[in-house]
Amino acid sequence: MSELIDSAVAARVLSRALANGGEFAEVFAERNAGLTMAIDESRIEAVQSGAAAGAGVRVISDGTTYFSHVDGLDPDDIERAADEAAAALRAERSAPRALGAIAGTPQTIEVPPGGVPAERKAALLRELDERARGAGGEIAQFTASYAEAHREICVANSEGLFAGDDRTRVRIGAQAVARRGDLVETGAETLGAHRGFELFDDDPGAIAEDAARKALTLLDAAPAPAGSMPVVVGGGFGGVLFHEMTGHGLEADHIQKGASVYIGKLGEQVARPLLTAYDDGRLPNEWGSDGIDDEGVPTQKTRVIEEGRLTAYLYDGVTARRDGVASTGNGRRESFRHLPVPRMTNTYIAPGDAEPEAMIAEVERGFYAVSFAGGQVDPATGDFVFGVSEGYLIEGGQVTRPCRGATLIGNCLEALAAIDAVGNDFEIKTGICGKAGQRVPVGTGQGHVRIAAMTVGGTEV
Amino acid sequence: MIEAARRAVEAARKAGAGEAEAYLAEDSGREVRVHGGAVESLTAATQRGLGIRAWIGKRVGYAYGTDLSPSGIAGLAERAAEAARIADEDEFAGAPVEGGAAEPRELVLSDPTIAEWSTGRLAELALEIERAALGADARIAGVEQAVYADSSERVAIASSTGIEGEYSSSSCYGYLQALAESEGGRETGLGFGLGRGPAALEPAAIGLEGAERALAMIGAEKPASRACPVVLDPTVAASFIGLIGRGLSAGAVQRGRSPFAGRVGEEVAGKALTLYDDGLDPEGFASSPFDAEGVPRRRTPLVEAETLRTYLYDTYAARRGDASSTGNASRAGYRSQPSVSTSNLIVSSGSLGFQELLAEAGEGVLVTDVAGLHSGVNPVSGVFSVGASGRAIRNGEPAEPLREFTIASDLVSMLRAVSAVGTDARWVPFSGSVKTPSLLIGEMTVAGS
Repeated sequence: MSELIDSAVAARVLSRALANGGEFAEVFAERNAGLTMAIDESRIEAVQSGAAAGAGVRVISDGTTYFSHVDGLDPDDIERAADEAAAALRAERSAPRALGAIAGTPQTIEVPPGGVPAERKAALLRELDERARGAGGEIAQFTASYAEAHREICVANSEGLFAGDDRTRVRIGAQAVARRGDLVETGAETLGAHRGFELFDDDPGAIAEDAARKALTLLDAAPAPAGSMPVVVGGGFGGVLFHEMTGHGLEADHIQKGASVYIGKLGEQVARPLLTAYDDGRLPNEWGSDGIDDEGVPTQKTRVIEEGRLTAYLYDGVTARRDGVASTGNGRRESFRHLPVPRMTNTYIAPGDAEPEAMIAEVERGFYAVSFAGGQVDPATGDFVFGVSEGYLIEGGQVTRPCRGATLIGNCLEALAAIDAVGNDFEIKTGICGKAGQRVPVGTGQGHVRIAAMTVGGTEV
Repeated sequence: MIEAARRAVEAARKAGAGEAEAYLAEDSGREVRVHGGAVESLTAATQRGLGIRAWIGKRVGYAYGTDLSPSGIAGLAERAAEAARIADEDEFAGAPVEGGAAEPRELVLSDPTIAEWSTGRLAELALEIERAALGADARIAGVEQAVYADSSERVAIASSTGIEGEYSSSSCYGYLQALAESEGGRETGLGFGLGRGPAALEPAAIGLEGAERALAMIGAEKPASRACPVVLDPTVAASFIGLIGRGLSAGAVQRGRSPFAGRVGEEVAGKALTLYDDGLDPEGFASSPFDAEGVPRRRTPLVEAETLRTYLYDTYAARRGDASSTGNASRAGYRSQPSVSTSNLIVSSGSLGFQELLAEAGEGVLVTDVAGLHSGVNPVSGVFSVGASGRAIRNGEPAEPLREFTIASDLVSMLRAVSAVGTDARWVPFSGSVKTPSLLIGEMTVAGS
């Protein structure tokens, strides 16, 4: 584990941060480097290389956080940031505890992408392009992107914590546009992990074909139905539904501000006993995994729902102190320029007993939402909406025709309680989650899940 | 700053670039978050970064970084040239040449008094926003968060083709999310305001707007599914106008990813609607003397007399489309290379006041909030179905609150169906910088129960 800032500098920074009082001080340092490129119209373009380093210092006093950050890792600059964070405080100096040795257990990376020649990355995109265009003559356009990011972080605080992490993520995305006359449809797919270039050893081109297949399928789609009906949600990215409708409401900051429908529900039955769910930041090489969170706390596996009973909220340091509990290792931040807030890591519904085919066969008339373009929830009211990117009508227990332009709309508590089957299949997909103006990588997972009744918003009234 | 930009251009030439452009941005900002009468967090920070675009023949690459020492700039220049070598040739690639600091108007984009506000005074402003909401009505149970934030920015651009320019601008905003509680459950309402400096904000008005929006939703129910007239309030109209603006970018059109492709000169809107892009509007937050690659900003009519007049261009799209740049290159800071985007999108005010607009609608739905725009709209086809909430319109009057429904159409059909435009224009910063009044859509599908 490399020390981005050495312990003597960290100790000095913490001491200056507490010069005017405060019960907690922290310095978070980071160095990152990344490369992104895209293929569009079969041409490699938008090649972009970025690098940044910097540090953020925060002091907490009487429930108020004072925060300052600087670009670069020059010790003098970081000490100035500490002075700036402390400037608004007017209390007696307090003293930080001595720092321990640096701790951390980064994920295993076999092939650091920074060492892979750029031509191989370009070749990967060209392969995606060929595979997608080979999927059908109606594929009119195809774009794909490649992104790699290496991020070293180091965090020290006045309670003596000193920890570091070394994070490497790679991700590719494919987007196909299919055209037939005036009809235009799109399909997208991604593949990513907290992992090195070895992620692409196993047929990465398949995502291009998947994206193309989705777009082509939708050319034959009819307008989505509108109204209330049973909905079967697909595995993998279908988990974004749980992420939005339950995960966010369990983040402790929403709970403490009265802005969650899960307030006071700890220990209560919020779903049928067939549902158990986790947030797990330790899953090996998953997109939302890290060795430690961005406050230096080791990531952990937290059971949030056990057989339908709500068992845990997700905490960062500030919200944990307020509730007198331990952090669950969910304090995450986009960069040294941001304050940590409680965030999910990899959130998933554990596999159940049902056969996915049987779950569909039991539906007389309903909707099969295979994948989503995204979603949004108001944690305070629990109202949510999801855009379906690939959806089908279910008639007489059979998946019949594809539908375009469907959204799912509902309320978290009602929809969660209405889950009446969980499939025995399982998959985790990658997402980028936005909250408080910060974007962090998250994993969302599940097998097939059936919701007994939900509003489908389409154009066919 | 301009000297540092010039040095970066030199460094890129030395690294092998035929042409090069450097974009340097420095930003200092403050943010105060308050909750429950107390300051939750106070942030003060300055950041500074550099982005270099390098052209080698017909190939272009980009690199950015924060290390502005001579060796840091040299390394960045090397990475930009390296990125260019990875890219494929593109016959339309090339450095902008239409430079010149032609400043057609004296643009005042900064409020110098912003620096006079101490963090303590800013915290007081944010607390006042919260107090105004809490004091509005006994049913306001709390405020999720009230926030004040400002930013003072300085930008410099230099290129090997002779473009040089520098400008400063400042902006600030305040917002809150108020919570109203009743037997039926909890409702939220957003209030916001923006200005060049904190003196332009009206904290009480921001707080009251959030409270009123939350209170208005108490007891909301699902409407019956039907097709009917729909009124979009300015915040909702702005979201849709922002999406339409994205489709009017020549970049999207040329790559076949816009529902407006091939429609210049065609009838695309109801005659009540006039839409233009203006990068020089003194009130607009996207205003600047020149765009993100140094081309002068201007006013560009987009939709007039039912007809689509033009798309928006940056240098690359102009070369490719055999047109001139409309000064619409933009970037999200030094970490991104320029691409075509709207500056300030403005819908001209119409003739009907808000009440008259509702009267004109007769029986329909007023939409005051939409959710799921980024997932519910297909940017290529323009087809959308998004979550919405608002009120019923009965006999031309606002009636019971409505929630958990969707509105669905496609962007072109919706634009054509605009049958009246209000007089209540407002700047809304959520979907680019947009100023629009309320819009009456003759007919749209509403899906509820």
